[in-house]
Amino acid sequence: MIELLQFEFIRNAIIAGILASIACGIIGPYVVVKRWVFISGGISHAAFGGIGLGYLLGINPVWGAVIFALASALGIGILSKGTSLREDTVIGIFWALGMSAGVIFIALAPGYAPDLFSYLFGNILTVPLSDIVLMAFLCLIIILVVSFLYKEFLAFSFDEEFAVVVGVPVKLLYILLLSLIALTVVILIRIVGIILVMILLTVPAAIGSQFTFNFKKIMLFSIILGIIFTFAGLWLSVVLNLASGATITLVAGIGFFISLLIKHLPFGTPIKKI
Amino acid sequence: MSSKEIVRLNDVWVYYDDIPVLEKINLSIQENDFLAIIGPNGGGKTTLLKVILGLVKPQKGEVKVFGDSPEKTRKFIGYVPQYTGFDFKFPINVFDAVLTGRYRYRGVLNGYKREDKDMVKRALQMVEMWEYRNRQIGKLSKGQQQRVLLARALVTEPKLLLLDEPTASFDIPMQTGFYNILNDLKKKMAIVMVSHDITAISVYVDKIACLNRRLFYHDSKEIKAEELEAVYRCPVEIIAHGVPHRVLKKHKEEDD
Repeated sequence: MIELLQFEFIRNAIIAGILASIACGIIGPYVVVKRWVFISGGISHAAFGGIGLGYLLGINPVWGAVIFALASALGIGILSKGTSLREDTVIGIFWALGMSAGVIFIALAPGYAPDLFSYLFGNILTVPLSDIVLMAFLCLIIILVVSFLYKEFLAFSFDEEFAVVVGVPVKLLYILLLSLIALTVVILIRIVGIILVMILLTVPAAIGSQFTFNFKKIMLFSIILGIIFTFAGLWLSVVLNLASGATITLVAGIGFFISLLIKHLPFGTPIKKI
Repeated sequence: MSSKEIVRLNDVWVYYDDIPVLEKINLSIQENDFLAIIGPNGGGKTTLLKVILGLVKPQKGEVKVFGDSPEKTRKFIGYVPQYTGFDFKFPINVFDAVLTGRYRYRGVLNGYKREDKDMVKRALQMVEMWEYRNRQIGKLSKGQQQRVLLARALVTEPKLLLLDEPTASFDIPMQTGFYNILNDLKKKMAIVMVSHDITAISVYVDKIACLNRRLFYHDSKEIKAEELEAVYRCPVEIIAHGVPHRVLKKHKEEDD
């Protein structure tokens, strides 16, 4: 692994992996406890529309993804709270609309979109320095907002209604948390791609929450686990010459099942019979 | 009556879509009331509490809490929500869960202080849950969880305590223990509890109202049999002596 570090793309990949792990380590636990996994899925797929628009307009597709991710996050939030529509209905609509908008924008764009596949399934090995700078900036926003509003987010996530009664600005936090998820999704798209974003948002937090109920510790665990998964997946994908996004996803998935074994077998709490 | 009125509802109507949930509610709560509101499931009890909290806006009618709109004054209300529908898997321990009740004294960018933690300690001691302070909130019995939710409401230092089906999942000894705590509290604050279970009403309750979309209330402990029947849509028989307020359902022999 050490000799790989002489390559710039490997160094970039490692930095990108760390940034992505920090973002998903902080936001993933909220996604899991709020049961917003499929909201995140909807946001990430809707972001594909922005990537397509980026190609069409000839700008960096990541900026298009930022705009579409934020817009769909707000759209899903406002429509599922403000109308009688069910949340999953709204998510499904944004999910498919974003994807189809992306396909059409790309078809309209001149020329062939060469690294489209890397947006769908991620490619940590092709992250340019400009994207790393952007990822670092988004990561910084996430860290700052969550550290300033940690007790607000905790009260809001634990019991939204009670939070309203004690004066927590719940509506603002709702929009803010959705926006932070959108930013996290954009950071993760480069690593595991639109389709596989959900694994890094859920698996580290899901593993962490099996072993501690301290929210800050879950975040810390998630960051460390995210780094382990992305590095192990990156290394395996280079050694075995496999797609990096899918390999990272598989490693995280295997990690999840191993955590289940550790937690429940042979001495731990048995899985309840259903 | 020398006591002060803290809640007033005038001709309040609430609809969910087009379906009326509360009709023509008039209610006055005094500063040292211990009021129980009973009524069947779906009778609007939770909605009524949420109207008082300003979480549900009535389509018609006036709501005054401590002389002002509930959005402004709900900081004086301690709310103990319905136990069911609560996420007890949430990764938080008892202490931190109760600490969220101190939020209104701090607000954005101000951390919780020593006095907040002292307040949490006193509240947990009062409900006899201090020794469980480091437990994850889901790893408690139902009665213990309910006492934690009560402690969380108490650290807000309320002048009015609203309890939504507080004893729904309790057995009799748990219920008695819980009511003893409320009995200590009623000297310090007004208490309103709602329950669908007529037999769950505490002997300590001072006043009883019946709610099934409409509210039957005489500012007293009396309920007329006809009113109970109207509320529950089924005949009931009240046994008033011996065990106060014990109400037993007894269906009339009907034609078939």
